Amino acid sequence: MSVLMQAEDLRRYYQVGGGLFVPRAVVKAVDGVSFTLRTGETLAVVGESGCGKSTLARMVTLMELPSSGELFIEGEATSQQNEAERRRLRLNVQMVFQNPYGSLNPRKTVGAILEEPLALNHRGNRAERVATARAMMDRVGLRQDQYGRYPHMFSGGQRQRIAIARALMLNPRVVVADEPVSALDVSIQAQVLNLMMDLQDEFKLAYLFISHDLSVVRHIAREVLVLYCGRPVEHGTKAGIFENPLHPYTRALLAATPSVDPLHSKHTAAVKGELPSPLNPPAGCAFASRCPHATDRCTAERPEWREVEGRLVACHFAGSV
Amino acid sequence: MSGAENPSAATAVNAALPMPSAARLFWRGFAENRGAVIGLGVMVTLLVLAAGAEFFAPHAPIEQFREYFLVPPVWEEGGSWSFPLGTDDVGRDVFSRLIFGARLSLVIGFSVVTLSLTCGTALGLTAAFVGGWVDSAIMRLMDVLLVFPSLLLAIVIVAILGPGLFNAMLAVAIVALPAYTRLSRASALAELARDYVTATRCAGAGRLHLMFSTVLPNCLAPLIVQASLGFSSAVLDAAALGFLGLGAQPPTPEWGTMLAGALQFYQRAWWVLTFPGLAILITVLAFNLFGDGLRDALDPKLKR
Amino acid sequence: MPHLLEIRNLAVEFATARGRFRAVDGVDVTVDPGEILCIVGESGSGKSVSMLAAMGLIAWPGKVTADVMRFDGADLLALSPRARRQVVGKDMAMIFQEPMSSLNPCYSVGWQIAEALRTHHAVPRAQVRARVIELLDQVGIPDPAGRMGAFPHQLSGGMNQRVMIAMAIACNPRFLVADEPTTALDVTIQKQILDLLVALQRERGMGLVLITHDMGVVAETAHRVQVMYAGQMVEEQKTVGLFANPRHPYTEALLDALPERAMGRSRLPTIPGMVPGIDDRPAGCLFNPRCRFADDLCRQVQPPPFQAEGLHVRCHHPRPEIVLPEVPA
Repeated sequence: MSVLMQAEDLRRYYQVGGGLFVPRAVVKAVDGVSFTLRTGETLAVVGESGCGKSTLARMVTLMELPSSGELFIEGEATSQQNEAERRRLRLNVQMVFQNPYGSLNPRKTVGAILEEPLALNHRGNRAERVATARAMMDRVGLRQDQYGRYPHMFSGGQRQRIAIARALMLNPRVVVADEPVSALDVSIQAQVLNLMMDLQDEFKLAYLFISHDLSVVRHIAREVLVLYCGRPVEHGTKAGIFENPLHPYTRALLAATPSVDPLHSKHTAAVKGELPSPLNPPAGCAFASRCPHATDRCTAERPEWREVEGRLVACHFAGSV
Repeated sequence: MSGAENPSAATAVNAALPMPSAARLFWRGFAENRGAVIGLGVMVTLLVLAAGAEFFAPHAPIEQFREYFLVPPVWEEGGSWSFPLGTDDVGRDVFSRLIFGARLSLVIGFSVVTLSLTCGTALGLTAAFVGGWVDSAIMRLMDVLLVFPSLLLAIVIVAILGPGLFNAMLAVAIVALPAYTRLSRASALAELARDYVTATRCAGAGRLHLMFSTVLPNCLAPLIVQASLGFSSAVLDAAALGFLGLGAQPPTPEWGTMLAGALQFYQRAWWVLTFPGLAILITVLAFNLFGDGLRDALDPKLKR
Repeated sequence: MPHLLEIRNLAVEFATARGRFRAVDGVDVTVDPGEILCIVGESGSGKSVSMLAAMGLIAWPGKVTADVMRFDGADLLALSPRARRQVVGKDMAMIFQEPMSSLNPCYSVGWQIAEALRTHHAVPRAQVRARVIELLDQVGIPDPAGRMGAFPHQLSGGMNQRVMIAMAIACNPRFLVADEPTTALDVTIQKQILDLLVALQRERGMGLVLITHDMGVVAETAHRVQVMYAGQMVEEQKTVGLFANPRHPYTEALLDALPERAMGRSRLPTIPGMVPGIDDRPAGCLFNPRCRFADDLCRQVQPPPFQAEGLHVRCHHPRPEIVLPEVPA
């Protein structure tokens, strides 16, 4: 399996404030994320709101440049490229969004939405573009007679099919899916997940699957990266993470996810406290204030990324608690 | 069951019911508002009258009938069918002048709106897309324009450029500019934050494509409404300038200018003053009603 | 024992541009003191509507009809709007999905809780402040006296939801409706809020109705579950029974579609099609176009509700009953 995308210590900091009476502050939206994505693989990025998932998505689609670190797409480093080169590389990475109601242009027909990526990049003539768009509609399970319809005439699930079709029009190698099923009902969610898995097999796609829903992640991912407050806390294979979570935050997430088996309800205590403010992140481990195992060392010293049981974990006590 | 066979069943239910087209839905929303339909009717009538002024007007607008000064309307004593709404102080037919005046008013309204709409939208989109100091510069300039009372600003501009119909139109267009700029900037910023814009960027679209092909069509609804309301204020402002002697110059049959010329006769010959005033009132009212209806029909938030 | 809340044959109709639309049809709801009932359904299933109707929160152009609508012995249908407002908010309370938009951004959270107390004269004026602090403490807000003066935008979503809960329990209601109370919150915060709701419910012996689309939330909290589909109640069972032996094909398919239940399988079983909307409700059973077991009877005749001990199914061909192994309590 070839490496399609590689992120090395990606960081994205934002300056906020700096007004007349407001002191400047730095928000570390993403703070040192690394991963490798290979053909046909799914890497799930898991975390709660404010964990930097969306910033990461904007960086890997080259909408934003990292403050530091390097992103390689098909082996090419992106930070040193000029605008034209970057645009060419960007086409390899397409995106599917969470809200299918906001991600389709309401003034364009489905046909126009699907053809636009081809037209923008001067691929094929008009007739060929129409044929490609129709073939793609067929592939994602939309009827061809819906070609001239507008997005508002479709249900949420169908719109997500259109969004997926649009993302695939340029034959990308990587698809970044930002919570693609969390706005959908359970029965529709299953349809879309199945479609995504079928398409992955057919086009040998790599997915960067961003989600907060662990049961969906468990179904679709091969590898899981857990983020907390912009920092990676645990990264490993699905089996490892779900069966033997090493970081206390991963454990808290798994414990908080409700089980659908009423006979085996987890009557574990909920993790206490709330997410720390991104404007004032703790000096040590970001999870220290909520962690049941936290010691003085955790609040003072930021844990390094280290390998424990074949996995990468950022916790002083991983493997021992 | 596999994923592949789902969509056909999914859509089979849907296919039975054709969705009403966008135009149909729009008309349904628009027609619910009776005032708007009346406004539309008046607008169409005005348009027809203005287009066929030579055909509908019994006389030329500047033709003077020396023996018929201040003839009253036809239903008053001494009125005559050859001058249905009477004549003015130099013997010109008021009815004919009103019809030709309608043409002028519509031309004024149309040119002013076109000018301020295109310039305002271009400025607003530029501000939204470029951001930074360009955004600040454009928006502060608009704030400066907003500081002055609109008519005062128009008078200042005409005073600098010199009186005349064209300069008056230019002045009114400049006065109307900030509304369009602010509106288009605000709606462009709202649209820019939406995912479909990001998706189009992902597909490799450049800034110009995003601006005009992706974002602009989605900002049009509020701009169209503003334009239809702006049309009436353009007619009103141009009439006011004409009334003050800064717009169209006599003997041009412009409604505001007609009012100004007739002012001294308001006790002796009410019709010279009343009919141009009524014409302005009805036109402005019609466009405002139409604009309101348009807003109701185009704005999904107001829909039940 | 009389039920705390009893609704029989509830229908809610809305007049829309395309004609009358029945959002809810023939729904029965009963809730006993100390019980948690979950109403579960997909979007557009009308799962919130029956509770809104019970709370008297259906506004024009909605129209509510029911054979029986009784709360604690009082006939809600016969009450004057004024008398009804006395009941709603005092004995019946409700919390909503979006804590941020359910709170008034212009007033501090303490003031808003105090308002609920003052409106219903729940405590003497002098004690309002102390009671607000007590309530904030009960819902787990740290430094309650200090947070009284905070405005909703200064608090996180989870904290605001706690404030909403404090407001709802301010007058010691005996019946609480929570409409998707955790959907807008993060997983770890969701767990905290659900734990809090269940603890308060148990402590006070309230009847709690939890409206949700999340089967996990249902499994972890509910005593009894009502499944809604396209405005109809298709199944009602005790929680354990529903998850082990769903009797309606829709419930069964819905549970099968959960990724968590499909462990090991690469593709999820799905329900074809989608929930019928306003103008494409089929004849016969509303689920028949999507049902694996549908026959001509299902396509022509609406199934009558089938009642049995602790069970309610609206299906011509309910799934067979499985004898469950005895569960140690």
